[in-house]
Amino acid sequence: MPEVIAHKLAEKQKEISVAEFFERNKHILGFGNPTRALLTSVKEGVDNVLDACEESGILPDIYVEIRNHEDGECKLIVEDNGPGIVKKQIPHIFGRLLYGSRFHAIQQSRGQQGIGISAVVLYGQLTTGKHAKVISKIQEDRPATVTELAIDTNKNRSEVINRDTMHWDKPSGTRFEVSIVADYKRGRRFVCEYLQSVSIVNPHAQITFKEPDGTEHLFERISDMLPRKSVEIKPHPYGVELGTLIKLAKNTKSRKLSSFLKSEFSSMGDRTTKAVCEKAQLDKDFNPKNMSREQFLALHKAFKKVKIMAPTTECLSPIGETLIKRSLKHETQEISPEFIVTASRPASVYSGNPFQIEVGIVYGGSLPKDKTVKLMRFANRVPLLYQQGDCVSTSAISSIDWRRYGLEQPSGKGIPSGPAMFLTHMSSTLIPFTSESKEAIADIPEIENEVKLAFRECARKVQSHINKKVRRVKTREKFELITKILPEIAKKSSKMLDKPVPSLDKVITKIMDVVWIEDIIEYETTSAKPAQSTLFDESSEKREEGWITKSTVMVVNYKNKPQKFNLYAVIPEDAVVGSVTPKPTKITDNYIKWNLDTIPPADKRDIYFELAGLDKEDFDENDLYVENINPSYVIGADKWEGD
Amino acid sequence: MSRDYTKVINSINSIASKVYNDLESSEIPNLKLPTRTKSNIQFDDKLNVWKYGKNMTERSAKSLDGAYMMLRTMYMVDFIKDMIKANKSSTLREMYYISEGWDLAKFNSQPESDSLAEDLEVITSCMREDFKLRPEEDGARVIGNLTIEEMTRNKTKKKIHCQDDVGDSGYSIPYNVEPEKISFKGADADFILAIETGGMFDRLVENGFDTSNRAILVHLKGQPARSTRRFIKRLNEKEKLPVLVFTDCDPWSYRIFGSVAYGAIKTAHISEYLATPAAQYLGVTPSDIENYKLPTDKLTKEDINALKSELSDPRFQDSFWKHEIKLQLSLGKKSEQQALAKYGLDYVTDTYLPEKLAEMGIIKK
Ligand SMILES: Nc1ncnc2c1ncn2[C@@H]1O[C@H](COP(=O)(O)OP(=O)(O)OP(=O)(O)O)[C@@H](O)[C@H]1O
Ligand SMILES: [Mg+2]
Repeated sequence: MPEVIAHKLAEKQKEISVAEFFERNKHILGFGNPTRALLTSVKEGVDNVLDACEESGILPDIYVEIRNHEDGECKLIVEDNGPGIVKKQIPHIFGRLLYGSRFHAIQQSRGQQGIGISAVVLYGQLTTGKHAKVISKIQEDRPATVTELAIDTNKNRSEVINRDTMHWDKPSGTRFEVSIVADYKRGRRFVCEYLQSVSIVNPHAQITFKEPDGTEHLFERISDMLPRKSVEIKPHPYGVELGTLIKLAKNTKSRKLSSFLKSEFSSMGDRTTKAVCEKAQLDKDFNPKNMSREQFLALHKAFKKVKIMAPTTECLSPIGETLIKRSLKHETQEISPEFIVTASRPASVYSGNPFQIEVGIVYGGSLPKDKTVKLMRFANRVPLLYQQGDCVSTSAISSIDWRRYGLEQPSGKGIPSGPAMFLTHMSSTLIPFTSESKEAIADIPEIENEVKLAFRECARKVQSHINKKVRRVKTREKFELITKILPEIAKKSSKMLDKPVPSLDKVITKIMDVVWIEDIIEYETTSAKPAQSTLFDESSEKREEGWITKSTVMVVNYKNKPQKFNLYAVIPEDAVVGSVTPKPTKITDNYIKWNLDTIPPADKRDIYFELAGLDKEDFDENDLYVENINPSYVIGADKWEGD
Repeated sequence: MSRDYTKVINSINSIASKVYNDLESSEIPNLKLPTRTKSNIQFDDKLNVWKYGKNMTERSAKSLDGAYMMLRTMYMVDFIKDMIKANKSSTLREMYYISEGWDLAKFNSQPESDSLAEDLEVITSCMREDFKLRPEEDGARVIGNLTIEEMTRNKTKKKIHCQDDVGDSGYSIPYNVEPEKISFKGADADFILAIETGGMFDRLVENGFDTSNRAILVHLKGQPARSTRRFIKRLNEKEKLPVLVFTDCDPWSYRIFGSVAYGAIKTAHISEYLATPAAQYLGVTPSDIENYKLPTDKLTKEDINALKSELSDPRFQDSFWKHEIKLQLSLGKKSEQQALAKYGLDYVTDTYLPEKLAEMGIIKK
């Protein structure tokens, strides 16, 4: 008797409460154990501040405090100077799962699910039974609202326990307090590592961290430049799912298929639209609201068959090579690395979602030579601390043969060992995480390929650094030879024979037999009003103090024939070129070029240029190239391979 | 003892002139000398010893190391010139300490300065003694029925009998063993036994092997000093006594034999003065390990490499050495002279040596 069974089953069928849902999925959400829970809570709070500040153009000042109670309970406080949250929204944001502003937006941000902060509140409530407290202020001359709230786990709605207003000194901002069960002793290390990593990829943020014992850590702001504001874009046809396509069609204001395609999707021009309709065998004048499922299916299939331009990358906000380098340098000061190299790929696309890869390598210094290289992974400026083995960046790095680049790697596969640290940053409108806890990026061929290309480029830079060093050491030895030893040999032999000391110039060029290029870089501060204001672009003029990078390059011809060649100095794209001597042949965004005059043997030339718009030590090494000369004659510059 | 040093001074000056002339004609200064490696030694049929071949090595000031060597060479020849003028001499060690004051030209270690002194011998075809340089080495010891006449410090000649006039430690070989210093005044013995280790030398002395078997015992003290080798050679030529070399059973000991019999690679330029081509190897041989069931140690990686290198050493190409070295490599073992004590303290003098000597036709059993 089937009805009876169905009735019986019906007795058991009911809505699952969020509390139950949470309890079952807490490991996926990052609350699997008290150590993880601490980090996840900090992370959700801090990520939200960075998102909110970025969106509203504020340089974030973040304060994180953890108070530790004996019984395994911690109080977490995250305070910011962000835009604040309007009173009405506070209960929804903090007291309701799956409520957020980003789930539907195609734009780069840290948050993307709308689970984040409310999950922390729920976790706190389930483990301690205590309420969360939110103080928020949205306008300078208004008081702050204080909200104490809990989550009604049956209804997935928040319950406001208490509401108040108070005076708060900040112009705007939010303070969030929650009690959670957490293991501070074990979790501490991860929290510190996370905050440090955050500060590496968010050089515009200032973070203060106060530990239970009162110790305060300051992660300084090292750039006053806000990340480029990312723009929201429309979905790209390659990435859209059938269901979404149908939903968009139901809600559109367009009456015709062609205008629907052009207005609701990115990269759809007249020609592409026509091609798609033809491929789908659909009339471009169809009303999208009246289309059948089969017709949508045909349309969806047609998208994949037509070549559609990649989405615009305005929606991405990469960090930029100069800032990555500056951050890494700042954070690795204690290691005093030998050099830091970075590489940035042009934006690319995976199933309709634009993304961009940036990588960096810190090399040498006091980094251990016999340990595997430390990987720092980031997605949309959020550090990924767990599940390293599952991440696409790990598999990309492992598939490169690093032995060629001065690192150890048994059998040429796997994470290499040696004195290095690798950074990978992926920016995208949709990071394809392997799970809700957002710790590893899925193995998508397009992404893996970009990561590989970026690291190869970096590795080549590492290689050229190492080569240059070896050659320089050799040539320094020759300098010792010609300046110290050879004159002594001459002196001694002439003394023994009672003859005059012979001239050594020609022997010296014979021994050296190279064109030697050496450089020094110096930095000079400029006062509030720069003397040569033409050197500065508008943005740097606003600053109170700026730096001029002064680079002097000395070229000595130690060959026994005159030499004539071209010299290139590669400069960062965001630098502004000041005075240059001798007169350059060409200046572009990327380099300065000189066609140097003939240099006779044993003669030398000085070349000088100034760069503005950079911070002190952003440009700490000249990247020099030569042309029209056998590059093996030259020490201190490589062969120019073209623009 | 004043002698004419004009030839030495001329050849020293020629080194300085070579360097000076190179510099004056804008050439990178360089000095040439025979390559002092095992690949460049050849058997000299006339002299019956191994000498350097035709390969030359260039010491050029083009590299930093080469330039340092050249500067040191200049300092060293200048120092030798000064010593000759002042009629002084110094030990190699003293010269090393003096070089501390040579500023950029100072040496990092004594082997470096010793080796440069050898280079100078090779370049100028003079002997170390011509440069007024002498080794540190305290002489090795000799016991046997042999009379030596030595010129003492106060220029009187003194006869010394190497059994009656010496204690148990024997007669000490001086660094200068040329005729001006010592001469041999008769020996009543059947052979010369050159022994590697002090322990074995003392064992034979205690057991009275020199009298019981009419032997002249010479202690080699490991790799023998030039004076010890020169002493053995002179004694062999003067008294026409066969020379037998008795060492441990490992590749390093074979090299000791090589330097006694064939000439050492380092001093191949003066092999005809130092080597005793008639010397024979007595043991301990790898075959002895098997025949006498001697206690052994395993060959180390270095031992194995040294043995392999000897297989390609031109001095060890005869069938005896090829056979023994290959045998040892296959055994994977080495042994010591004193391992013979396994069978008691008298075994070496009562059984092993008599058996081996009889086998080699030196004594009749
Ligand atoms: N400190 C804050 N200041 C201003 N707005 C905030 C702050 N924290 C959260 N918000 C707002 O609340 C929304 C919900 O945040 P929540 O962390 O729950 O989800 P999310 O960040 O969108 O996604 P995710 O689940 O991936 O973290 C955010 O989208 C943002 O609009
Ligand atoms: Mg969030």
